[in-house]
Amino acid sequence: MFEYDFMRTAFAASGIVAVVAGVVGYVLVLRGQSFAGHALSHVGFTGATGAILLGVSPLGGLVLATVAAGIGMGLLGPGLQSRDVAIGMVLSMALGLGLLFLHFFTAYATQATALLFGNVLGVDTHTLWALAVLGVASLAGLAAIARPLLFASLQPELAEARGVSLTGMSVLFLAIVALTTAACTQIVGVLLVFTLMVGPAATAQLISHRLWHGIALSAALALAQAWAGLALAYETDWPTSFWITALSGTCYLLAVLASLRRTR
Amino acid sequence: MTTPAIALRDVTLRLGGREVLRHIDIEVASGEFIGLLGPNGAGKTTLLRAILGLLPPASGQIAVLGGAVRRGDARIGYLPQARGALAGHLCGWDVVALTAGGARWGLPRLNRALAREVDHALDLVGGRDLARRPIGELSGGERQRVLLAQALIGQPRILLLDEPLSSLDPRHQHATVALVARIRHELGMAVIFSAHELNPLLGAMDRVLYLGGGAAALGTVAEVITGPVLSLLYGAPIDVMRAGGRVFVMSGEHDIERADACHTH
Repeated sequence: MFEYDFMRTAFAASGIVAVVAGVVGYVLVLRGQSFAGHALSHVGFTGATGAILLGVSPLGGLVLATVAAGIGMGLLGPGLQSRDVAIGMVLSMALGLGLLFLHFFTAYATQATALLFGNVLGVDTHTLWALAVLGVASLAGLAAIARPLLFASLQPELAEARGVSLTGMSVLFLAIVALTTAACTQIVGVLLVFTLMVGPAATAQLISHRLWHGIALSAALALAQAWAGLALAYETDWPTSFWITALSGTCYLLAVLASLRRTR
Repeated sequence: MTTPAIALRDVTLRLGGREVLRHIDIEVASGEFIGLLGPNGAGKTTLLRAILGLLPPASGQIAVLGGAVRRGDARIGYLPQARGALAGHLCGWDVVALTAGGARWGLPRLNRALAREVDHALDLVGGRDLARRPIGELSGGERQRVLLAQALIGQPRILLLDEPLSSLDPRHQHATVALVARIRHELGMAVIFSAHELNPLLGAMDRVLYLGGGAAALGTVAEVITGPVLSLLYGAPIDVMRAGGRVFVMSGEHDIERADACHTH
């Protein structure tokens, strides 16, 4: 399958995105913010469809919308009791608005499917470079704030007492998550970002109780699932995103069963 | 005369428009063990947050180890009030290690000196073995010990403990108090230990700081835990009874501390 140009590009693109999603997703799950990550991708849908309507780059609109939403969410702060409700409302409003934008541009039904469920086989060289830039920016940003971010995630009161700004950390981290989410949507689509960002990370946290092992495991799982998904899609002609979700879900289920057996 | 560890001069603390503490004066000597008591909402946590520099006083001055209070002072160790542990899958060692230099930018670096400091702090609380297990699988008392080690990172001169006894049974309560008392002697730290009940702290603390009705009373147990002083703080007639080496604070028929403890969550 590597004789095809589009397959090589697909492997490169999904490889970059999977590693970044595995690492950023680990911290996302650690902070208990996976739902926020899910919502960010939906806001990205609005941004991308809006960009299509305006005739500009969908990926650009997607990045812009997710980063703005991430910063906004971070500024709202962690103290809101009704956070789940608020995020859920923003999420559905964003999807609804995206639907409206599509309604005005009915010719792009295939583009809508690609946005919602991903189209890794359609990634061109230009997009591949954009993904690489997004990936490097996400990882570099995370590396720059990793220490205070992890401190603030695990012991917020103590971190605050030691001079870490909890709101600042939240804003910076959600901006990074927004970049990663934007990259993920190119592979598995808006609706299935969970599968790369949260699935491998949650599996890794069930298996390893060491921080660095867990992060490495999360990235490795995401990479293995993305590449195996691509290979299976090539063999079966079924959608890549289906295979990635199936693998991600199966791995998580197995890890849950294993941890249940261990604690019994 | 040595510099006091903590000195509050005519301090008023306001939280969300409400004056929690009004014009209080407190001086804690270095190496002193203070029990911080008072009913719910009396301002125990608020006072600790002010000493940490997280809540600027509405008026008055707070001095820590001779200098003005500032946020992020590494000379203060802090054990926040217990809450549901996030990320319970991580082992205690990693959680403790993340405190060291955690406020600085960049990647967490684990050098040998840091690893030694983490081990040392865990040894002080007798928690080296506990720290190998996921923190979510520890019992309340065990988790408290690991988190206490975290508060000891950076060799603090002052240790602030916010209700470390809540959700512990009496046996573990006494073990925790004894542990803090021992570490205090070994490291020569001043300790402020907030608690809901007086009795577990009797014998360990040097003085008691009782908050109530916006006021504060600081002194020995014999001076502060008396009917007249507590009646003033609670704004209601309070009786104090002593029996079998224990002290009971009663309002009418009810044991106030017990009643309070039932409402704690």
